Amino acid sequence: MKIGVVTFPGTLDDRDAARAVRIAGAEVVPLWHADANLHKVDAVVLPGGFSYGDYLRCGAIAAQAPVTQAIVKAADGGLPVLGICNGFQVLVESHLLPGGLIRNENQHFICRDQRLRVENVDTAWTNQFELNQEIIIPLKNGEGGYIADAETLKRLEGDGLVAFRYLDVNPNGSMNDIAGLRNERGNVVGLMPHPEHAVEAGFGPDKAGTMRSGIDGLKFFESVLKAVVNA
Amino acid sequence: MSEVLINPVANLDTVAVAATTPEKAQPWKELGLKEDEYARIKEILGRRPTSSELAMYSVMWSEHCSYKSSKIYLRQFGEKVTDEMKKHLMVGMGENAGVVDIGEGWAVTFKVESHNHPSYIEPFQGAATGVGGIVRDILTMGARPIAVMDQLRFGAVENPDTARVVHGVTAGISFYGNCLGLPNIGGETVFDKVYQGNPLVNALSVGALRHEDLKLAKASNPGDLVILFGARTGADGIGGVSVLASETFDSTGPAKRPAVQVGDPFAEKVLIECCLELYHAGVVAGIQDLGGAGISCATSELASNGGAGMRVDLEKVLKRDESLTPEEILMSESQERMMGIVPKKDLKAFVALVEKWEVEYSILGEVINEDRLYINWHGEEIVNVPPRTVAHDGPVYHRPVAYPAWIDALNADTVVAAGLARANDNATELAAQLVEVVSSPNQADKSWITDQYDHYVGGNTALAQPDDSGMVRVSEETGLGVAIATDANGRFCQLDPYNGAKLALAEAYRNVAASGASPMAVTNCLNFGSPENPEVMWQFQQATAGLADGCLELGIPVTGGNVSFYNQTGDVAIHPTPVVGVLGVIDDVARRIPSGWQDSGHNIYLLGVTRDELDGSAWAGVIHDHLGGKPPVVDLAGEKALADLLHGASLQGLVASAHDLADGGLAQAVVESSLRFGVGARVWLGEIMERDGLDLTAALFSESTGRVLVSVGREDDVKFVGLCEARGVAVLRIGVTDEAGAAAVVAIKDVADFSLESLRGSWKATLPELFG
Repeated sequence: MKIGVVTFPGTLDDRDAARAVRIAGAEVVPLWHADANLHKVDAVVLPGGFSYGDYLRCGAIAAQAPVTQAIVKAADGGLPVLGICNGFQVLVESHLLPGGLIRNENQHFICRDQRLRVENVDTAWTNQFELNQEIIIPLKNGEGGYIADAETLKRLEGDGLVAFRYLDVNPNGSMNDIAGLRNERGNVVGLMPHPEHAVEAGFGPDKAGTMRSGIDGLKFFESVLKAVVNA
Repeated sequence: MSEVLINPVANLDTVAVAATTPEKAQPWKELGLKEDEYARIKEILGRRPTSSELAMYSVMWSEHCSYKSSKIYLRQFGEKVTDEMKKHLMVGMGENAGVVDIGEGWAVTFKVESHNHPSYIEPFQGAATGVGGIVRDILTMGARPIAVMDQLRFGAVENPDTARVVHGVTAGISFYGNCLGLPNIGGETVFDKVYQGNPLVNALSVGALRHEDLKLAKASNPGDLVILFGARTGADGIGGVSVLASETFDSTGPAKRPAVQVGDPFAEKVLIECCLELYHAGVVAGIQDLGGAGISCATSELASNGGAGMRVDLEKVLKRDESLTPEEILMSESQERMMGIVPKKDLKAFVALVEKWEVEYSILGEVINEDRLYINWHGEEIVNVPPRTVAHDGPVYHRPVAYPAWIDALNADTVVAAGLARANDNATELAAQLVEVVSSPNQADKSWITDQYDHYVGGNTALAQPDDSGMVRVSEETGLGVAIATDANGRFCQLDPYNGAKLALAEAYRNVAASGASPMAVTNCLNFGSPENPEVMWQFQQATAGLADGCLELGIPVTGGNVSFYNQTGDVAIHPTPVVGVLGVIDDVARRIPSGWQDSGHNIYLLGVTRDELDGSAWAGVIHDHLGGKPPVVDLAGEKALADLLHGASLQGLVASAHDLADGGLAQAVVESSLRFGVGARVWLGEIMERDGLDLTAALFSESTGRVLVSVGREDDVKFVGLCEARGVAVLRIGVTDEAGAAAVVAIKDVADFSLESLRGSWKATLPELFG
């Protein structure tokens, strides 16, 4: 099982994403922004960071990169793709997912352990969760406010395309508390929180009464392994 | 502008011109040089300097670059050391950052640096480029930067200008640090009116490297190429070093905004990855970052360090602005630039890598076998100097030192002499004081600031704010890691700079020990007022002596540091603020000790002895707005015993949590230990009061050193107490951990039962209410 992890100039969490893939038991294939060759990977992770310095708009330049063009084409053919934070922004800019992500409501970058509800488990990246399971995943972004027009929101809600919703606190002013989305086919998932930061006990978010022990993020990567095996 | 493009050498002040026009008046004074310094430059060169040479000498001989006022005191950090202390030191003071061997073939490098003056003028860019600069210092040693921390001092919270600086600085650090992908693992935030017109923005970075990857800033092989790469050179920061870092602020002076550098963290992130690949490919023989003094510094230091010379064609520098003069190019502090020394045979590989990362580069010249730095501008020689005279043989001052006229009166004004009321017989008032201290701006929760920083990136953060130390894993195979804590209590240093510096060292050392790591090395950032004030020089003399003596006593070396003078507005100096950073090593970060209790029913022990030491305390400041007397007694032998005990206890897994006692004393430590994971506590003070001869106020708020609060599971109780007794560390059971949840309380017998949720509310609300 080979999972590609993309590096754009300015990508920050590529090494973390690669670690998460390895911990889940898959082989990591580094993918370089300027290279359209996906090296026959079984799935792709677009990690977080500030690709191309977030110039123009977050994810806008990365959406034009050769590797992204190849990923978009492959995703249309069913390749599982996970976009985390800046990767989510790239998915939105590439129109693999609808809507947009704007500056956090309070205007500050925010880093916190965020409680989420898993609202859809019929995807390549969430099938190991239980429906409505509550999980804790670190969130860190400056431009994570999800927006969409009323019609799109209605469609997202009606078609069950909201994959994750913020609980307790809506940290960035996202409409309908939306933290993450899936596409109709379920192979593409994007979210602002960072599952790759919750895969290893000792380095994850705090859980009730135990420091940095949260590993809820691991299930994202275990899910895709399952999805690829079953595909 | 058009004239410059048509004839770039018109009116150029070349070496030949300088030799024939000795009488020409030069703006040495405006560039910050003293008359005798200008005379010395003429003596070195045997003629007047060219305007380019004058620019180079003026920035390199500035206080910021030459350490001319502090040099004679900094020497003792290299002298007061034993062979044992040097054992793990791979690179000591004088390089961009010290390097320490932490075992398993790994080394770490760390350093803290100030960016105070730019951060007052333009808080956002000042703080941002402060992070950028220290990270490049770490990168220059061949290391991958792995974390950052910031030590911040702001003015009084009630002053309207404070919010401007707080917002700008926090956003600047957040913007730059987050975009670099470096976890921010902690730091300090202190508010005090003495920093009103002169905030302190210190930035620390730590990096990790394999022993064989160590790089030094030197150009020693003739024929090697001198390559400038990274961002283009612009007009930013011109004169920044000599003007910004060497003068005090005067509201009537000219606006100095243009002198502040502007940062592009994306360019720096790309530069980091590019440099690491260049190191890995083995294609750079020497490397130097460009920060203060820009190309002047990089060329002269590389040549001087390598014992060689250099020939450079300055017009080859890639510029953002074609109208820049050679003097401006030499002084520019444009960020995100590096100078590499590349053997000719490796040029192709070098170019392939920088092009992969789309980093611009230009070959400026080459290393020569001659003790000379030649710089040409379109074929005309504009600099011809011995590099060492620019980089290392700057002036050394023995500034006048005077015992402060005011300090005896300040020391006499103790909390007892001042008659500060204690609420020992009024439990309600004492309880109110506790809440007031805990939720005062300096003691309150800092997450409003730290939540704006990414502490997760990298996936190796084992501890971060609000824990006592920041801790990061270095080796994913073995769990080997490092812990870092920084401290400086300016109030204590104002009362007694010698012991104040020792106290800062002791606290940082204790914080590292409380996390389970073994303290190993020290860095510092010495923030003081004007060195031209003899009383400030006395403070500096005392503080450096205290720090050097303290390090010798603890057996851990100073590996590097930074001095920032002229921190004052008008004639009023800041409190001496020697920020001390201690780095410790831990064989496996899985063994780290949390800073709060996670289980109910554990015993709470206070290690160490409490004295009635309230002078300079948070209680005296918050409740009585008082500063006077003498700071707490420092007992470094006791600190060492305490650290050894914690190390032993951690190895045996005997302590479930440990939290050091500092500002706010036991009261603060108990509350923070409970708040960390929301687990309550029941505490009694009677036995401490009896054993140590204290009243309730002192038991709660005394800031005696050498104390740590630990929680211990009942099954480990006997073993733990036995260990303390065997090692001669005073130990007293003062409570038990209690229930978690909404009903959790911190119950302090004879004072009050505080609802944990309500304490959390007060503690958390302070900063958002002030700045949110």
